[in-house]
Formats: sequence, C-alpha cells, structure tokens
Amino acid sequence: MSGAAEMASEAPALSVDLIAEHGISPDEYERLLKELGREPTLTELGVFSVMWSEHCSYKSSRVWLKKLPTTGPQVIQGPGENAGVVSLGDGQAAVFKMESHNHPSYIEPYQGAATGVGGIMRDVFTMGARPIANMNALRFGSPGHPRPRHLVAGVVSGIGDYGNCMGVPTIGGETNFDPRYNDNILVNAMCVGLVDADRIFKSAAKGVGLPVVYVGSKTGRDGIHGATMASAEFDEASEEKRPTVQVGDPFTEKLLLEACLELMTEDVIIAIQDMGAAGLTSSSVEMADKGGVGIDLDLDKVPMREEGMTAYEMLLSESQERMLMVLKPGSEPVAERIFTKWELDFAVIGKTTDTGHFVARHNGVVEADIPLPALAHAAPIYERPFEKRETLPTIAPEDVKAPPSILSALERLLGSPHLSSRRWIYEQYDHMVMGDTVQRPGGDAGAVRVHGTDKGLAVSCDVTPRYCAADPFEGGKQAVAECWRNLTATGAKPLAITDCLNFGNPERPEIMGEFVGAIEGMAEACTALHFPVVSGNVSLYNETNGVAIPPTPAVGGVGLIADIAEMADMALKADGDVILLLGSETGHLGQSIYMSVMEDRLDGAPPPVDLARERSVGDLIRGFIKAGTVDAVHDVSDGGLLVAIAEMALAGKRGVDLEAAPDELPAHAVWFGEDQARYVVTTTPDKVDTIVDVAAVYDVPVRVLGTVGGDTFTLSGEAPLPLGMLRAAHEDWLPRFMTRR
Amino acid sequence: MKASVIVFPGSNCDRDAAVALQGAMTAMGDKGAAPTMVWHGDSELPDSDLILLPGGFSYGDYLRSGAMAAHSPIMREVVRRAKAGTPVLGICNGFQVLTEAGLLPGVLMRNATLRFICKDVLLRVERDDTPFTSHYKQDQVVRFPIAHKDGCYFADAGTLYLLENENRIAFRYCEADGAVTEAANPNGSSGNIAGIFNETGTVLGMMPHPERLIDPALSGTDGIHMFSSLVEALH
Repeated sequence: MSGAAEMASEAPALSVDLIAEHGISPDEYERLLKELGREPTLTELGVFSVMWSEHCSYKSSRVWLKKLPTTGPQVIQGPGENAGVVSLGDGQAAVFKMESHNHPSYIEPYQGAATGVGGIMRDVFTMGARPIANMNALRFGSPGHPRPRHLVAGVVSGIGDYGNCMGVPTIGGETNFDPRYNDNILVNAMCVGLVDADRIFKSAAKGVGLPVVYVGSKTGRDGIHGATMASAEFDEASEEKRPTVQVGDPFTEKLLLEACLELMTEDVIIAIQDMGAAGLTSSSVEMADKGGVGIDLDLDKVPMREEGMTAYEMLLSESQERMLMVLKPGSEPVAERIFTKWELDFAVIGKTTDTGHFVARHNGVVEADIPLPALAHAAPIYERPFEKRETLPTIAPEDVKAPPSILSALERLLGSPHLSSRRWIYEQYDHMVMGDTVQRPGGDAGAVRVHGTDKGLAVSCDVTPRYCAADPFEGGKQAVAECWRNLTATGAKPLAITDCLNFGNPERPEIMGEFVGAIEGMAEACTALHFPVVSGNVSLYNETNGVAIPPTPAVGGVGLIADIAEMADMALKADGDVILLLGSETGHLGQSIYMSVMEDRLDGAPPPVDLARERSVGDLIRGFIKAGTVDAVHDVSDGGLLVAIAEMALAGKRGVDLEAAPDELPAHAVWFGEDQARYVVTTTPDKVDTIVDVAAVYDVPVRVLGTVGGDTFTLSGEAPLPLGMLRAAHEDWLPRFMTRR
Repeated sequence: MKASVIVFPGSNCDRDAAVALQGAMTAMGDKGAAPTMVWHGDSELPDSDLILLPGGFSYGDYLRSGAMAAHSPIMREVVRRAKAGTPVLGICNGFQVLTEAGLLPGVLMRNATLRFICKDVLLRVERDDTPFTSHYKQDQVVRFPIAHKDGCYFADAGTLYLLENENRIAFRYCEADGAVTEAANPNGSSGNIAGIFNETGTVLGMMPHPERLIDPALSGTDGIHMFSSLVEALH
C-alpha cells in the first residue's frame, strides 16, 4: 500500500465533537495522529474508536490483570485467546470463558442477553470445542423497583431461547437482586466446551498471501458501536442507544457451530476468530496482529443483508453469528462445500499481506490503511489513580438483634428475594439436552458427564457483591474461594477459573480502588487454592448518572470429577443419617443475609476467608467424598448454616432434627452467621467417628448438628416447622413476583 | 433392528436419541448395531424398521415449530414409509413435525404459560399393546423430562373424540397416583395429552423426552423401556 494518494479523498473534516462522540479523548487523538502520521478518514476514526475502546483494549485494567496467576500444570491455554483451555487428561480438554453483556441487556433485555449467550458460545467453538454446558450470573435491581420484572423476564427468555435452540444445556448460575443494580443490570454468560487437546484452534494468521474467509450470517447495520457503548456510562439518553444492540439468531449459530466443527475435522484452518465486539475490524486486526502479518480486506465481497452500507458501517457492524477464518491456500472449495451444505454464507474477502497494515477497500477506494501496531499495541494503557477504602469494623454477634424464633427467621430468609428458589428461571433453560447432565441446576454446582466417559465436569459461577462492596479485597478472595468450595462440594478437583470483572467508571479513583482491591484478593485466593485464571472479560462503566454498581468480580470455575459414580450432591439421602458441620464458627453476621432481611441493614466487615483453612477443609471434604464416607455435601454460604441445612432438606425431601446451638455464641449467630470455609455433610451413624478422627488430624473442627428424618424441620426448643411450609416459602417468592400485577 | 434418525438443520436431540437407541440395541443383544443418521436434504431413506424424528429446533422453529421441516426432501419418503406401516417415533420437535406433515392430527401450540419449560413430569401410560410401549404396563406412572415452548396439544372436539374413542392417546400428564388433573398439566394440553398414535398405532408423537432418562447417572431410567420395547418388537 502506498498511502495517501489512493485514500478516500473527500473525507469530511473531523470535528472535535465527532471525535468526542467516538469516545476518543483529546490526548488519545494526539496519539492517533502520531501513530497514523496524518488525519484519519471517518472510517479510520471509527476503527480506532472501537479498537481503542475500553471493551477491546482493556486500557484501564491491563496493568492490574497481570497480577492474576494464569499458569499451572493443568493449563493448556491461558488468557489471550478466545477462551482458556485446561487439560482433563486422556487427551481431552475443557475450553471455557465467561463474558458480560451488561449494557445491551439493560437497553434491550431479550436480545442483549441472547446475543451474550451466542457470543460466548462462539468464543468456545471458535477454538474447536463443542459447547457442553452454559451458565449465567445475573444481577438485577431491587424487586421493589419498577424495572426488574421486565428485565428478568426479558433476560431469562433471551438466554433460554438462544441456549435451548443451540441444544446446549444451561446447568446453573446465580441471580441477585440489589437496589445498587437498579440502573445497571449485569448479564454474565459462561460457556464450557469439550475438545481433543491436540485439535485446538487459535487465532494467529501466520503466513502471507493466505485467503481470508468470511462465513456465517450476512452483515447488517445492527450493533454498530456496541463496543463503544459498552465503554461509557449510562445517562438519560441511553434509551436512544437501542439500535446499538445486536439481534441474535440461534438457528444460524447452530448451523455455524456444526459447519465449523465439520470443517475443523479437515486440515485446512490456519486461524479462526469469531466476529464479536467490533466485528470485522476486531477479528481481522487480532488475527493479523497475532500472526505478525498485514491484512487486506475487500469489503465489496462481504455478504450483505442490506444495501448501501458504507465501509464505516461494515467494519463496525456487530451483526451476530459471523466468523472470520484464514485458510490454507487452495482449501477454499473444501470449506465452501461444507458451509454451503449448512446453508451459510461463504466468501473470500481478503488476504494476508506482508505490509503490516490493516487495509480495507470499498468500491475501489481505500477506506482505511492503518499500521497494525497502532491498533493493537499502541492503544493507550492507563495506570489510573486509585483510592482504596478503609476497612469496616467487624460487628460482634451480640450487636445484631436476635429473632423471636429461629425457625420463623429461617422461613423468612428462605422466602426472601436473596435466597428464594430460582426454579422459575432455570426451568426456562433446557438443562438436560445432550443427555449428560448429572447435576441439574439448584445445587452447589452444575455437572455434566464428559460424553462417552465416566468423568464429569462441575461448573459454578460465584461472587457475593455485598461482600465486595464492603471490602473489595476480601470480596474478591471470597468469590474465588466460594467457587472452589462449590466445585469441591461435588467431589470435583477444581481446575481453573474464568472471570468477568464488572465495575463502575475506572476514571474515578474510588472505583479503580475497588478494581485493584478485588484483583488483589482474587489473585491471593487463586494462588493459595492453585486455581488459576485462564480467560476472562472486564466490563467497566457500569454506572448511571455517577452511581456505580457494587464491585462484582464474577468467577466461573470448572472442576474435574474423576468418576461420576463418586460424585456428591446436597440432597439428604436417608433417614437416620447424622448431620455434621465441618469448619470453624465465629458467628459472623456482618454483611449477612440475616442482617439484610431481618434488620434491613448491611454493615460491618464481610466474613474473612482464611485460605489455608479453606484448602484444608476442602481437601478433606474431597477425600471423604471419594472414599464414600459422606452421603450428602453442601457448602455453607449465603444465609449461613441453617439455610444450608434447609436447602439440603428440601433437595432430599427429608426432615431433620437439630440439636440446640452451643452456648458460646448467640443462637442466631450460629445458625445465620456466614463464616467461610465450611461444609455440611451427612453420614451413617457408624462413620461419624471416622469423620471426627480424620478431621482432627487436619485440625478441622467438627460438630454434630442432628439427624435426618421425618417430614418436619425440627430444632430443639422450637415448634417443628413442616417441610411443606418451608418449601412453600422457598418456592413461592419468585413466581409470585414475576406474575404480580 | 435398522433405525434411521432424521437430522434437520437445528435438530439437537439427534445424538441423544441415537445413544438411547443404540444402548437398547446393545442391551438386547444386537451388538455393533447403530442407528443411521439421515440428513434432511437426502431424498432417499435407507431400509429402516424404525424412523425417529428427534427433538430440537428444526429451521429455528421459524414460521411454526416443525412447519418447515415437514416440507424438507426426506419427509416425502418418511410419509410414504409411515403410510406403508414403518413405525415412526417423533419426540418433541419430531412430534411437531409429524403434525405438520399430516401424519398425526392436531397441533402443538405455545405453552399456556407462554414460557419454555424444562422439568421432569409424570405421565400415565395409556396403552401397553404397541411396539413403543410394550415394556410398560397400562396405567403405569412414569417420569420423563419435558423441554419445550410449544407443547400445548390442541385439536378440535371431533378429533379429540376420535382419539379418545379409538384409544389413540399414548401418554397423559398425571399426578403421582395416576390422576389426570389440571395441576399435573404443564402446558395446557387438551385432555392432558402428552403423546398420541396414528390410526394404526405405528406412528407415535410425544412431547416428553424418553431419551433423557436412560441412565441412573441422569437421575432416572424410565425412558429406557420405550427403546427396549421398540428393539424387541422390531428385531
């Protein structure tokens, strides 16, 4: 390429306002001019604006993300590709990632959530893996606010319609309601795929003169500037951004999945990248940059859904269900035959070059000609100022009022928006398709069998936003630890995590302080638990009119179950079994659900996580599960010990008879305190001594809580609560909330 | 037994159905046998003792569930074989395709709740004298999963009368004691109908998924018996 002479000559002068509208600051524009050596065309400005957006460049987060541990013997691919990869042994690997679709889902909940699910599945099958499990983590505003009902209905139906049509089971997730999400909901979708470890596809387009191939759906005007929208906060005018939301078509994605996997059995693909945020621009820039080559695109060849689109629009469109591939020369007919069979568009739209430039031509005019390093590496990196907040005092159990009755408090907690059953949500997701779901939603983790083997994958999504808001560092630690704990409770060996870091505006030091704190906490927990981060996504600017969401570093973990016959779940199994608590008790009520529901307040420090203790208790639990010493296992988290036992009783459809709490602590602190690193297990009476003895060796406290049996929830000193009443309280809230007029 | 599983664009329970069939074939001593996966665009169907139309979202459920698949090339041959007496099993989307293709009467409408529903349901087996259900007992209550948005069976009064009168109801949604109640009806289907036969009892369409509960690891095995019934009958 020779440059300016052939460039689009009638480029309008770029006004200051136009540059600002593209989210490019005056400093950044100076940098752009230096990199390019001239004024950009409008198209080039658009390309820079998406590639330098927070969403694509990670300019505020990059320096901190480096603090997360990303390696381990199980890690095949860490961050930097479309998704992370961990080994499952026997030549197989799990490919997984979690991604946010927060901004679009708030503006248009159905399509926003649907395309979030579509995007994350594309990330996984781009690497050659067949998606085998989906999860999602959703945060909505206060149930009393007018919006959440409409948003919950739209988001859940969008996720369901997309995943169900794809035929990938959605095996779990988590949902929170909190007024701090009133104006910024979070929709984080995770996908796990299965691949042969020697058949993993990556995105580096190594080689010059190779055909660049476009497959999938046609390009339209939807989603233009989606990445830029996701890099700014909301205000009153955000409703006008509806056209930046993409529109999903799961049927086309299903065809694209099958066509890609079919093509991947041939030896023809050099590089492959899905067109997600910033569409054609981002995918071609990333492939060329990673391959150390240039790329030349002829936009006249791009399959179009509508007429008259400009180069600007084509390069920035985020139309869904599209892929870009670089093929071995001469293999185009093989690929075309497969995509034609699946009735998908196929077009050779360019080639790799030795110029080191990103070039896009349209109607005989060079619309963009940019040195690739300027797009990929010269994007600004910010070390933004940050302020960490002061830690809050720990609240003594005595300073939180006791309820008149422990069991009536339990009933109230289980029927609260925080802890009520999510059945209304997960029944809208096909969680059994593919015939390998061995743990359905509603337990500690979802689990699927590795098809054709006895192995299983446990998957869990976790974070406790109220802890993170109170103490980002402890909250970050706790998110990782809880995920590790949930996987452990199934008997799985936790392998690695993906993260989805949702925060407010990083240009505010206090928000940046939350981000830094959470990362540091996560890093410490990941290191201590040998639970590295292999992929992830950062979503900033989740705030409206200057009010930010609580810091929400969602963690999605994957664990390996060596033999599903040895897997544990939380359902009580047999009358007469003994119920035991493993772990320490301090009665920590600060930031607890109890405090929030019963006293309508949330203050004090969140429960600290002792990572050494976390590991020893978890390893012990995993050993007991493998040895068949325990019948049911459940971790203690939101709501505390009594809530955990109640969830086990409801899942097993069996009552319990519990002894009174020990005298050392107030009873409500024992039953509802949220101390970390604890599990409830059940076992037959003859094995209780074994558990006590082995736990003593590992210095893990054990307390006998009571026995399984009957159809009431019985606690010494209180009137028994029929299980049916507890179930009604637990099951009723969400359906009632969703159908209330 | 030779079985063909038809694969439409958007089918997604094709593998699950094939696994269930193959499991039953192996268990019944037909080792090495496997169902043939037949692409919707083919116009020829291999020699088949059973044709299975699997669940999924053929053609993305566009137009109406099953409507476009019913017009794909392979369906002409499926209809011909069905009319000649070859047993055909349509599960979920397969049931929708069978009604659209005119092999079974009635229609599957949007669920009464207007939402997709995925959960286990209880079904009362209405007949045990068919190749699909001989390993069940009449009035037995079985647990199968459902997973659909368009599963509300509807037919006009005359058709419903015929179905009842000719004993062509295969399964009804019921309570644990077999009682057919409104509370047990997950989707608003007329007469709690979950599955129906054609006039000759050789074509069965059903919304629930027997292929999803064929293994204790999947928390149930009630579905196995449908496939073992078929393998035994068509051996």
